[in-house]
Amino acid sequence: MDLEKFLILSAVLFCIGIYGVLARRNAITVFMSLELMFTAVTLAAVAMSRYVASRQVLANPGDASEAVLQTLLTGQVFALFIIVVAAAEIALGLGIVIAFYRSRETVDISQANLMSR
Amino acid sequence: MISEAGIWGIFLIPVGALAIIALVIRPLLRHHRTPVIAGLITMGALAASLVLSVWALVSVMEDGPLIYDGVTWLTVAGMEMRVGLMVDSLTAIMLVVVTGVSLTVQVYSHAYMKGDTGYVRYFAFMSLFSAAMIGLVIAGNIIQLYVMWELVGLGSYLLIGFWFHRPAAAAAAKKAFLVTRIGDFGFLLAILYLFFNRGAFIEQGLNPLNIVDIQAAAPLIAAGTFAALGGLGVTWVAVGIFAGAVGKSAQFPLHVWLPDAMEGPTPVSALIHAATMVAAGVFLIARFFPIFQASEEAMAAVALVGAFTAVFAATMALTSNDIKRVLAFSTVSQLGYMVAALGIGAYGPAIFHLFTHAFFKALLFLGAGSVNHATGVFDMRYMGGLRKVMPWTYGLMLIGSLSLAGIFPFAGFWSKDEILGHAWRGPDGLDAIVFALLIAGVALTAFYTFRMFYMTFHGEFRGGAEAEQKAQGDAAVGNPAPKPHLAESSLVMLLPMGALALGAAAAGYLVNPQVDLLDIPAHWFSYFVGPEGAKAPPLNSGLAAFAMGLSVLFIGIASLTHLKGRGAGKRVERAVQPAVTALNRRYYIDDLYEGKVVKTGFYRYLGGFLDWFDQQIVDALVDAAGWLSRNLGWAVGRVQTGQAQFYAIGASLGALAILVTYLIWS
Repeated sequence: MDLEKFLILSAVLFCIGIYGVLARRNAITVFMSLELMFTAVTLAAVAMSRYVASRQVLANPGDASEAVLQTLLTGQVFALFIIVVAAAEIALGLGIVIAFYRSRETVDISQANLMSR
Repeated sequence: MISEAGIWGIFLIPVGALAIIALVIRPLLRHHRTPVIAGLITMGALAASLVLSVWALVSVMEDGPLIYDGVTWLTVAGMEMRVGLMVDSLTAIMLVVVTGVSLTVQVYSHAYMKGDTGYVRYFAFMSLFSAAMIGLVIAGNIIQLYVMWELVGLGSYLLIGFWFHRPAAAAAAKKAFLVTRIGDFGFLLAILYLFFNRGAFIEQGLNPLNIVDIQAAAPLIAAGTFAALGGLGVTWVAVGIFAGAVGKSAQFPLHVWLPDAMEGPTPVSALIHAATMVAAGVFLIARFFPIFQASEEAMAAVALVGAFTAVFAATMALTSNDIKRVLAFSTVSQLGYMVAALGIGAYGPAIFHLFTHAFFKALLFLGAGSVNHATGVFDMRYMGGLRKVMPWTYGLMLIGSLSLAGIFPFAGFWSKDEILGHAWRGPDGLDAIVFALLIAGVALTAFYTFRMFYMTFHGEFRGGAEAEQKAQGDAAVGNPAPKPHLAESSLVMLLPMGALALGAAAAGYLVNPQVDLLDIPAHWFSYFVGPEGAKAPPLNSGLAAFAMGLSVLFIGIASLTHLKGRGAGKRVERAVQPAVTALNRRYYIDDLYEGKVVKTGFYRYLGGFLDWFDQQIVDALVDAAGWLSRNLGWAVGRVQTGQAQFYAIGASLGALAILVTYLIWS
């Protein structure tokens, strides 16, 4: 497997997510699309971690300095952070959606237009 | 020898008088009708200044010019601007003239202004005016001189407009100030020209703002070793300085303010015409005389303007009916003599004429004020016959008139003859023109002086203020005119006139005798004032006799036309009515300035253009700024839809744009 394939998959997922966020009216669907974007970013981070940093260490084991070694797991740590943040964000977001539903009897986000001038 | 502090005292004592009167006397004695103390302070200050001035004159006679560097005021562009003193023979003479004439005028003013509600204010202004003129003549630095020059202008403005509740006086004050400002601008340009060429001066070790250094530079310029001011440069400087002098000394074409300046109190006119304001212009040319000498063109311009003004102003005096206006035109004319004398290189005679003129012109003005006190008018058509009721004023005015007409042995004869003598000895065509004009001026002067004299003092009394009011119609003047109390003026007014009359009669041969006169060496004044090695010409007796004969002839003509009644004079005036009208309208020059230049040129065209510019350009720009922000705000506001997804599109496109830019540029 090449790094490119992971990145292409990540890009495809990200674009599907953007499409969903921009085009869908249903707030739940928008959230799902957001999650898709998070997933794409997580995938890219893990792939980078696996293919870029570790390859560098393997290629020149003698040159592996403290700084390079520290970057080895950065991508994977990032993935964990993103999962945690996404979970928290979903909890908050769904709370907002429920509150919105209670006042408007709908989850159509085009109805959330009180900020218009 | 007088000390530096002593010379400063000449200037600072009147300044102190001004401060005391303005800050102490006026607030304390506001309701007092005639607080004599204010007049006494001014007189005392000027008397002290006069004593110090005489001391300064004696010091200069014994030790030569006194020049003090003074203190540094500013350091600009690598050179120091110093507030210093320059007391040479010219300054010393001017100091004595200014303080002397001013003192006599103050004494006279006390009686003349008694009972006027502005008595205190009057003496405060008089102190300021005298102090400014003293500061002008002692200035050692051209900037310092310029400041004092403007202060003199301010003083004249305040005093001409002293009765500011009269519209004519307020207008005359404004006119005097604005017209002289035109000339002052030329002077300022000359100063700036010197300043911008300072490099050349500094190279020679000179300071371009120090008057002594400017004088020292002149021979270098003439010799051609001073490149920066060579050629036309020095002419521009001279012409600029001359422009200032033309404004202050009321030479053609800026003479228009002086006849109107008659709106001020009469003693003010005496001071303006004799010692302070108008003398400043002649003084200025004399002060920078070496610069003028370095430029033939400038000298020719000075000579022609002066000679032309001498005749031009004299013709306007021929038909004027206002006694003060006759004297005003006469001043313009006599200043023309001084300026013309400077222009033909006759430095000493010009200053000599300034010196003698100060006496007889101040005397004549004070006499006019005395006459006005008795009759209530200045219009000579309502005077006449005053010889019998005012014998002293009559006699004193006669001395002044004879001196002005240049009759032997009065002062005016000697100084005018010296000027004529210099013009006569001139070698080329220019001097011939100047000489012819000045001789014509002599004849005119004799005629208008004695026309004025006869109309005022001879014949029958023609009613004074009452008659004038009747002639103008009662509606023109609100309250009835005071009944003339035909009587001789008080001794306080006569004594200063007497002092001036002594000068007008004797100053000519006492200070500048033709032969050694007891302790006074021959041609003392010429040698004292004149530049190093100047030769005083011997009296050209033929020319003197000719000029005086001409004067006597025209006095005779005036006697024919105006002595016995006014019949002959009236017939002559009627015969040449258009000319008389033109003269009374002052050759329509005032009409030209006010009608065409000010009303049409300034108000309509310049004012119209500025109005258009303001409304169409400036206002349009302001409106455009408002319109733009309002509509731009509306357009940008359209973006705020409230749809979160619309904002997200914006953010996405922005991110895309950043990405694309990054990819392209890296």
